[in-house]
Amino acid sequence: MSYLKTILAGTAAIAIGTAAMAQDTKVIGVSIPAATHGWAGGMNFHAQEAIERLEEVYPDLDFVLATASDAVKQVNDIEDMVATRNISALVVLPFESDPITPPVQSVANSGVWVTVVDRGLSIPGIEDLYVAGDNPGFGTVSGEFMRSQMPDGGKIVVLRGIPTTIDNERVAGFEAAIEGSGIEIVGMEHGNWNRDDSFNVMQDFLSKYDQIDAVWASDDDMAVGVLAAIEAADRQDVKFVLGGAGMKEMVKRVMDGDAMIPADVTYPPSMIATAIELTAVGMTSTAPVSGTFTIGSVLVTPDNAAQFYYPDSPF
Amino acid sequence: MSVLGPILALVILIVIGAALNGNFLSAGNINNVLSRSAFIGIIAVGMTFVITAGGLDLSVGSMAAFIAGMMILVMNAALPTLGVGIPIILLGMLVALIAGIAAGMLNGFLITTLGIEAFIVTLGTMGIYRSLVTWLANGGTLSLDFDLRTFYRPVYFDGILGVSWPIIVFAVVVILGEILMSRARFGRHCAATGSNEHVAHYSSVNVGRTRMLTYIMLGLLVGVATIMYVPRLGSASASTGVLWELEAIAAVIIGGTVLKGGFGRVWGTVIGVLILSLIDNILNLTDLVSPYLNGAIQGVIIVLAVILQREAKAKG
Repeated sequence: MSYLKTILAGTAAIAIGTAAMAQDTKVIGVSIPAATHGWAGGMNFHAQEAIERLEEVYPDLDFVLATASDAVKQVNDIEDMVATRNISALVVLPFESDPITPPVQSVANSGVWVTVVDRGLSIPGIEDLYVAGDNPGFGTVSGEFMRSQMPDGGKIVVLRGIPTTIDNERVAGFEAAIEGSGIEIVGMEHGNWNRDDSFNVMQDFLSKYDQIDAVWASDDDMAVGVLAAIEAADRQDVKFVLGGAGMKEMVKRVMDGDAMIPADVTYPPSMIATAIELTAVGMTSTAPVSGTFTIGSVLVTPDNAAQFYYPDSPF
Repeated sequence: MSVLGPILALVILIVIGAALNGNFLSAGNINNVLSRSAFIGIIAVGMTFVITAGGLDLSVGSMAAFIAGMMILVMNAALPTLGVGIPIILLGMLVALIAGIAAGMLNGFLITTLGIEAFIVTLGTMGIYRSLVTWLANGGTLSLDFDLRTFYRPVYFDGILGVSWPIIVFAVVVILGEILMSRARFGRHCAATGSNEHVAHYSSVNVGRTRMLTYIMLGLLVGVATIMYVPRLGSASASTGVLWELEAIAAVIIGGTVLKGGFGRVWGTVIGVLILSLIDNILNLTDLVSPYLNGAIQGVIIVLAVILQREAKAKG
């Protein structure tokens, strides 16, 4: 519904004419991937929420939000924003780094402020502000937790996301962190950050291996599928499942002290809100906001889970 | 007709699977593979009729996601009044079946009454249902109430004599489908409509009604598949049922049904579905190829199965 409002507002604004607006109102364009999986859904939620809040706080700021289901669509979105909305700043979470880099570069060259979120561009130095998630750190924190839980080593299986740089960095961080600990990765397959795919993969892992001590599901959506498969097979050997991202249901289980979900590792989708907020500050004040802002991945344990629990978010 | 191709491909896959991993033929693994094939399988049986009658439906994956979302919303909303029990499950099932029939009727109406290309209509409804489920879930995931899910769970995981419910339902759908296709008048009407619309019309086959019925039947079966799907994970999101339509169509074609219409084979579709699920299963059970190549292996086997089918056809 608020989405519809944004579109209506956008259409109306175009009708009034961009020239009149450019004088006193600054437009910030936000281009993000569509809500195709849980994390992206959360990110969309936080983007919409941040925009709604900031439009009230800053009357002379206007926002355009576009969600893209693939990289080509995202390039079109960005081109449209520059051509028709005369944006002063662009907040972009690239679908993929390589195809998005040239259009963002030309936007930056035309004098528009560029904030890049999560995935960096292929050429360094284009963006004014980089709000980064820490993918290798996500893997490292997960690996260190595994290590602390299995001091004598053991056999684990790993579910990977959609084959991307993000996934590779996480897995590399994880593998480096468990090196020499006696923890052996007996199987590794792509669950594509998808509940159904991970359910199938985990069922097959359970058929294939008689002994699995723990699972690094590397994502909370995948952890849901993994848990359902373990439960259905009634296997007692799997001690725990470590997900990631910070889905509210999983954080709740950590908070409640569920033995199967002893911890979670954050990769907050709300980082998009951080980026939009900082960009708004940069547009309306003299406070410097350029540089890199890294959002670290934190281990969520029963002790600190309450501060990562957002019951209202869809994710 | 070419019966050997798909069967041969299936047998080869089973032999490879058994040779590579001792657990491949275990009861547990067979049960897993058949249960998870049931969703695509039930849908693919309906798709066989649609394709045989010269149609196509690209919307089934999104439709399944949308119906799953509706089911979850309705059941959660009815929970305070009905409580956890059989009535609420029946209500959910009813919603799924009605939503499926309605969705099938909408496709059928646009295609037969308004005469719009099936490809375009279902491409449109595919986008509509996918967006609707994303919107209903607010971009996140719709989850069934936890107690309700625990109660509903046995519908996917339990069964009779160790054979789980999805397999039983799949088998019943296949048997009914096979009888309808090869023994009943409706099956002959589908084939006549698909092979030549005008000849069928002059042979007093009601072409529009036959097509309409195939879409309604497919919608109903998507509803049935969703009834089996929801208890598994108890959730629906924008990523539910992605690409099911292509898997169902691939299964139908591997099974020997002609994509242009005019000839359909329900039992062939079952073999097609099994081939597709077994490829995934075997790739997960072995470490032969890089997981990056899973899609390539699948593609090669789909094309091979169809080539085998054509060779057999040419010979005899």
